[in-house]
Amino acid sequence: MSVLVNKNSNIIVQGFTGKEGSFHAGQMIEYGTNVVGGVTPGKGGQTHLGLPVFNTVSEAVDKANADTTIIFVPPKFAADAVMEAAEAGIKVIICITEGIPVQDMVKVKAYLRDKDCRLIGPNCPGVMTPGEAKVGIMPGFIHNPGKIGIVSRSGTLTYEAVDQITKAGLGQSTCIGIGGDPIIGTTTKEAVELLMNDPDTEGIVMIGEIGGNMEADAAHWIKEHGTKPVVGFIAGQTAPEGRTMGHAGAIIGGEDDTAAAKMKIMESCGIHVVNSPATIGETMIKALKLAKA
Amino acid sequence: MNLHEYQAKELLKKYGVVIPAGIVATNVDEAVAAYHTLNKETGTEYAVVKAQIHAGGRGKGGGVKVAKNADEVRQFSDDIIGMMLKTPQTPGGLDGEGKLVRKVLITEDSYVPSFDECSEMYVSILMDRERKSNVIIYSTEGGMDIEKVAEETPHLLHKEYIDPTLGLQTFQLNKIAFNLGLSGAALKEMRKFIYNLYQAFVGSDASLFEINPVIVTGTDKVIAIDSKVSLDENALFRHPDLAELRDTDEEDPVEVEAKGYGLNYVNLDGNVGCMVNGAGLAMATMDIIKLSGGEPANFLDVGGTADADRVEKAFRIILRDPAVKAILINIFGGIVRCDRVAQGVVDAYKNMGNIKVPIIVRLQGTNADIAKTIIDESGLEVHSAILLQEAADLVQKVLEA
Repeated sequence: MSVLVNKNSNIIVQGFTGKEGSFHAGQMIEYGTNVVGGVTPGKGGQTHLGLPVFNTVSEAVDKANADTTIIFVPPKFAADAVMEAAEAGIKVIICITEGIPVQDMVKVKAYLRDKDCRLIGPNCPGVMTPGEAKVGIMPGFIHNPGKIGIVSRSGTLTYEAVDQITKAGLGQSTCIGIGGDPIIGTTTKEAVELLMNDPDTEGIVMIGEIGGNMEADAAHWIKEHGTKPVVGFIAGQTAPEGRTMGHAGAIIGGEDDTAAAKMKIMESCGIHVVNSPATIGETMIKALKLAKA
Repeated sequence: MNLHEYQAKELLKKYGVVIPAGIVATNVDEAVAAYHTLNKETGTEYAVVKAQIHAGGRGKGGGVKVAKNADEVRQFSDDIIGMMLKTPQTPGGLDGEGKLVRKVLITEDSYVPSFDECSEMYVSILMDRERKSNVIIYSTEGGMDIEKVAEETPHLLHKEYIDPTLGLQTFQLNKIAFNLGLSGAALKEMRKFIYNLYQAFVGSDASLFEINPVIVTGTDKVIAIDSKVSLDENALFRHPDLAELRDTDEEDPVEVEAKGYGLNYVNLDGNVGCMVNGAGLAMATMDIIKLSGGEPANFLDVGGTADADRVEKAFRIILRDPAVKAILINIFGGIVRCDRVAQGVVDAYKNMGNIKVPIIVRLQGTNADIAKTIIDESGLEVHSAILLQEAADLVQKVLEA
């Protein structure tokens, strides 16, 4: 089992024939992911990477039974691409694009309110279920099928956690990169909840960063409903207040969204919080042992 | 991206928000000429001389003065232009070195002639991350530190959330004006003011508007006395006219230069420089430096293409900071191949010739083993690591040496 994506997902790529879309679609296919086609308006009817190109997402749903999409559309048009996917009935929308205007995302969130779908991202590395489906830009080879779920706002820091979990001999059920923007489709809490309800996930790594209160929300939820050990790390313990640290959402606004404040809340909710990002793997081994004892 | 007060006011004016008449000046003669022009156009005798820097609390550091005549405008402009203005928000605060003032805004004094009849209010607009909608925050307690109002008299701070699909509604305008204690003509003017302000916020893709104070005069005019505006960098493609308002003089020159190379750099006070791919990993690397006994000298995300050219540029930027005693390069190769980055580090190192601080290179991911061999066989004074913990230990070792 896994969450969000698996070997049966019918995946399309929006922005299929562009540079980024082509490269990463190629990598996904090489990994063995079930990519069924792509969408580039105006190029419908063509074949790209041996797969059909459609003009619209609706067409891809009708003709290729698409249920999952990954978006590589430039920031100007990305919000529109997300709404198109939702309207067409796509269930899992993964938006990789970085740099979407915040007001566009405010509209997207409102548009999605009554749609039966889940948005992951934007500004994220995607979702990975090792051995089944790589729906993102992450390096496939560092993953191993296993029982640890990973939730993170970052790209390369997620890879770091994945690598440590693999080296610890554990492997991953599903890794969810939720994205580094101020407004994202799926929050830390929602992603943790998905993994907590997945029978084949035995432990969860939750990686957050400065800015916002998503980690505190997730921590409170875990305290109430958690049934599996969670290892947590917050990046930006040394970040100055009021400066955006790379990710648009990584900015300390007040006392509540510093790394220290988040770590304190997470600890008080029973999460195994690590100070050093180098100890995520070993801490998970210990946490699993404790949970079984 | 932050705007100066005078730029922000021009933006507001375009949307019909009432602002005091004002002219920006870069020297004393221009300031005096501006005063005479204002005097002729508005009849104002009093004028306010306001330092234009990207920081709040300018009055506290002597950057805002009320002049009663042309001579005082001359004197105050002379005092303020060229001064290092210290405010609670400039680097280091009131005890810091301050920020150089290059321009002043000369404005009519909107409080004259009925200072006692003016009431000061507070209005700001921003995007609420938790509610995922825009919110108008307002209070009758204008002209003071709003954090203080929030702490001491939270019942005087009101919030109005705006539906993203429907926009600001009439009942909300009424509610705001009533909560501000207004009636009659003043109520109507405030409704118009808030409506126009919100259109300006949405129309410019702003991330923050703060008008403190907004005044309601004895003759029921509603005027934005001060204004702070930040724009969403990601939306500037829609606003080429606003993008041109960027004042790089107000930004850290090294950060501006780094941006030109596609590097995301933030200057910090520590002694260990770092170069990382990805923002999250970059923050985590800063934290590792601290845990290893150092302090991060910067945040630097080299992005997805860490080739020799970029690595060299990043090196040069980090090394410009004399406080840097060591550099930690932390790359997790995915799409980026570690052997290419390693070759980039070796080439950059050789090109630059005189790097005197120890360098620790941690390359993990795609082709990490080949990368380590390249570094180890280069004969350079570079320590290589594969695991993050090894890199942390190396940082500690070079700092203790």
